[in-house]
Amino acid sequence: MLQFSFWDILSNLLIATQWTIVLSLIAFVCGGIVGLILLFMRTSQIAPLEWFTKIYIELFQGTPLLMQLFLFFFGIALFDVEVSPWMAATMALTFWTSAFLAEIWRGCVESIPRGQWEASSSLALNYIEQMRYVILPQASRIAIAPTVGFSVQVVKGTALASIIGFVELTKAGTMLNNATFRPFVVYSLVALIYFCLCFPLSWCAKKIESRLNVAR
Amino acid sequence: MIYKLQFGELLPYWDVLLQGLIFTIVLTVVSTFAGIAVGTAGASVRTFGPKWLGGVVAAYVELVRNTPFIVQLFFIFFGLPAAGVKLSETTAAFLAMTINLGAYSTEIIRAGIEAVPKGHIEAGVSLAMTKWEVLRHIILKQAFQKIYPALSSQIIIVMLGSAVVSQISAQDLTYAANFVASRNFRNFEVYLFAALAYLLLAMLTRSLLRGLGRILFKAK
Repeated sequence: MLQFSFWDILSNLLIATQWTIVLSLIAFVCGGIVGLILLFMRTSQIAPLEWFTKIYIELFQGTPLLMQLFLFFFGIALFDVEVSPWMAATMALTFWTSAFLAEIWRGCVESIPRGQWEASSSLALNYIEQMRYVILPQASRIAIAPTVGFSVQVVKGTALASIIGFVELTKAGTMLNNATFRPFVVYSLVALIYFCLCFPLSWCAKKIESRLNVAR
Repeated sequence: MIYKLQFGELLPYWDVLLQGLIFTIVLTVVSTFAGIAVGTAGASVRTFGPKWLGGVVAAYVELVRNTPFIVQLFFIFFGLPAAGVKLSETTAAFLAMTINLGAYSTEIIRAGIEAVPKGHIEAGVSLAMTKWEVLRHIILKQAFQKIYPALSSQIIIVMLGSAVVSQISAQDLTYAANFVASRNFRNFEVYLFAALAYLLLAMLTRSLLRGLGRILFKAK
């Protein structure tokens, strides 16, 4: 029988960690792009678009991420498309991330004083130009801290992709546990690796937040 | 080919799904109370307790907040028995939820405590209130009033997160959905139904908490 030393366990977990990082990055970047589109729709003052984003955000924030993963996994298959866990995981995580980021950013946009909108529209800027040149540059300053903070949630969210069979850190932990029967060591290491990924992000978010508070 | 959704096939399993839903609700309610108790104690220790104990609480909070819930769950359910602590899946689920919410609410309540003006505490002390009376009537009361909305949304997040406890075979709504899907192979319908049930539960919880907040904090 194959024997696993402590270092074998650790190195295998670290290999799987790469997939956690890749999945997090894809979900965060794609989710950010979709979130930005949603933000534009949400603040556009066009009723149907606003309603759509409201319902979209409510749906993704009001249901468990696990359910969303299942629904993407089994839902896409209904269209006779071969679904890999990889595809279902990236899609579900992207849409889930976009809903949260859109809502976070909306709060930042709304905290910009009304006068900024009025001033820019009196300069004959249209909605896109107002957002691009006046509102977003100011809102993004406030948005950085909560956005970095949310990235921690994305990294932790990728752990659920293990349930639909995507091999990342948590899944690798489960597999190693099944092979070695040393759950205490394996899951401690898994938790530790997640901590090493997430803690710097939360720390940064906290630092940025306190720096912004000083400026005020 | 166009797929026809057949929700009718869920009907024979209504009792299983209902039991799962009830378990999810009970799990959420119990761990909400336990978690807030842990959070209140943690936040009080962090602001008023001895420094070393505050450090321990801070480590607990950071450790929980920076690891996924599913890993905490696996650690408690699979890892702890190896260290000699055996737990049933239900106990493990309750424990993991409490520990998780406890950490988040510690951070939330601490923010509330720190927002209480110092003068209020001094005023309490000058009225010859004991330390506990000040904590209970002046600090915590105002802190909870301030952080109530944040705490409410955290409770909903934890409720949605509880779907994961199905992975250690605690019999919640997701577990019931998995069970039904394995029987009638209507995966999509079952999970859609479960997702809608969670959505409804989340909306209901939100309005319930809002109503409760209005009763509890009538003054404002």
